[in-house]
Amino acid sequence: MNLKAHAYGSIAFIERNFALIKRYLGWELVFLTYNVVNALAIGLIGARMGKEMVLYLIVGAMVWGFLSILFHEISESIAWERWEGTIEYTFMAPINRVTHLLGNCLHAVTYGVIRSSLILIIVVFFFGISIKGANLTALFIILVVSGLSFVGLGLMAAVLPLLSTEKGAYATHIFEAVLLLISGVYYEIEVLPIWIRPLSYISPATYTLRAMRAALLDGAGLGELLPTILLLLGVGMVLIPLGMIVFGKAEFYAKKKGKLKRSG
Amino acid sequence: MKEPIKCVGLKKTFVKKDKVVALNNVSFTIEKNEVFGIVGPNGSGKSTLIRILSTLLIPDEGSASVFGHDVVREYSKVRPLINRVSVDAAFFKGISAWENLRYAARLYGLGGKEAKQRTLDILSQLGFSEKRFYEPLEDLSRGMQQKVAIARAFFTSPMLLLLDEPTTGLDPRSKMEVQNFIRKSMSSNGLTILLTTHDMNEAEVLCHRVAIIIKGRFVTVGKPNELLEKYKKPNLEQVFLEVTGKDWKEIEYES
Ligand SMILES: Nc1ncnc2c1ncn2[C@@H]1O[C@H](COP(=O)(O)OP(=O)(O)OP(=O)(O)O)[C@@H](O)[C@H]1O
Ligand SMILES: [Mg+2]
Repeated sequence: MNLKAHAYGSIAFIERNFALIKRYLGWELVFLTYNVVNALAIGLIGARMGKEMVLYLIVGAMVWGFLSILFHEISESIAWERWEGTIEYTFMAPINRVTHLLGNCLHAVTYGVIRSSLILIIVVFFFGISIKGANLTALFIILVVSGLSFVGLGLMAAVLPLLSTEKGAYATHIFEAVLLLISGVYYEIEVLPIWIRPLSYISPATYTLRAMRAALLDGAGLGELLPTILLLLGVGMVLIPLGMIVFGKAEFYAKKKGKLKRSG
Repeated sequence: MKEPIKCVGLKKTFVKKDKVVALNNVSFTIEKNEVFGIVGPNGSGKSTLIRILSTLLIPDEGSASVFGHDVVREYSKVRPLINRVSVDAAFFKGISAWENLRYAARLYGLGGKEAKQRTLDILSQLGFSEKRFYEPLEDLSRGMQQKVAIARAFFTSPMLLLLDEPTTGLDPRSKMEVQNFIRKSMSSNGLTILLTTHDMNEAEVLCHRVAIIIKGRFVTVGKPNELLEKYKKPNLEQVFLEVTGKDWKEIEYES
């Protein structure tokens, strides 16, 4: 199967997901408002400590928002189909599972980048902070590249709703909560108890946050950030295929046990 | 070209609280252009069989092939050749029929324009007005949703259609429209159909051969008139009542 066929097939999922967003636009506004207010509230915690602290916290809110969106979009794309019962139709269609999942991931990343950028713009405007010294290109590149590793994790999380609609959602939330704790979203990981820290080092979010703060606060150049970018890229290259394999195994198991059916 | 459907010794057991034997040694073959009906009480294994043929369920024992391709090992060769209608019209209910079908079309590599034209053509034959095509599906009645599901199955031009109770829950007129549409497609496209139904009259008029399934086993198979003769009954409904009234634990096969 060539790249062009993948790309063409992926459109199905992107188009469908945006049709669903359009249909439930009210909820979009609610979530966006919630995300913005949340980022503002967190930024305000640092207001007395100066601009640096505000930006530091806002990067946390932004990356956290991005990661949550990717996770939810990917596992939701499976959970929703199970709920509606369309999953059987999607699964029996002559489309490669890789194309199917890539389509959903591509949608999630596009959507996540748009939402996160919107939040950054609104928040910077609200605080009246100048980000002239920031390296926005680097910020954007890191966001997209980190998306690859988050997508890989998201694919593994999507296995859970495939096997059980309800319990799947529990597990996805717990997994996310652990990432929030270990990755230094609003603090340096050095404040964590020593026994948790090894987990911090294996979370791709830790490196994303560090690099984004360097780009936004210190205007770090692409050259300087290259090692992190390559690292995130590498992790994504490992996690995405791994996620696909795990998903494939889960699909086989579901077909063996009759788990794809919504009722019964 | 190989047989549209060939099943040999299919078995499927589900384990929830208890073990449920859904299919118990099912073997049959369908010829090209044939409409093969399966009737049986609730829970007798009809949908399970259709799911196996749709590459959605893996049998425990035995094998099933579609046009010579094994449904487990060669599922990617089977999928482009088939499509399916299930009892519940499974759709993204919040978006329109068109948005749902455009999604389905892309999965089958069909262009937007072509897909739209084919669908509207099918839907008009089913007595579905184009106006409703762009409304959210949740605003359509069950019968209308079922018609959209039928369009979704037919517009990809499959070689084999798996119709799982396509007319259950439709009013008499809609039912007739759907049956007429199936009959018309049979004669024009050289299509093969596997159909399950609870409507014995439908089985009698639409199907070339009918199998009665009980507790996961085909207990009798034949042309409708052969079955009437064999059981000396005036219609299939009487045959069904006769056959399903027996205690099939006691009786082995009736060939
Ligand atoms: N995915 C599943 N998990 C567990 N049990 C299942 C599953 N699918 C079917 N069964 C069980 O297998 C048996 C056969 O079910 P099936 O849906 O094939 O029957 P059916 O003939 O289609 O019935 P109906 O006429 O009501 O549609 C039933 O006892 C059912 O509860
Ligand atoms: Mg059924």
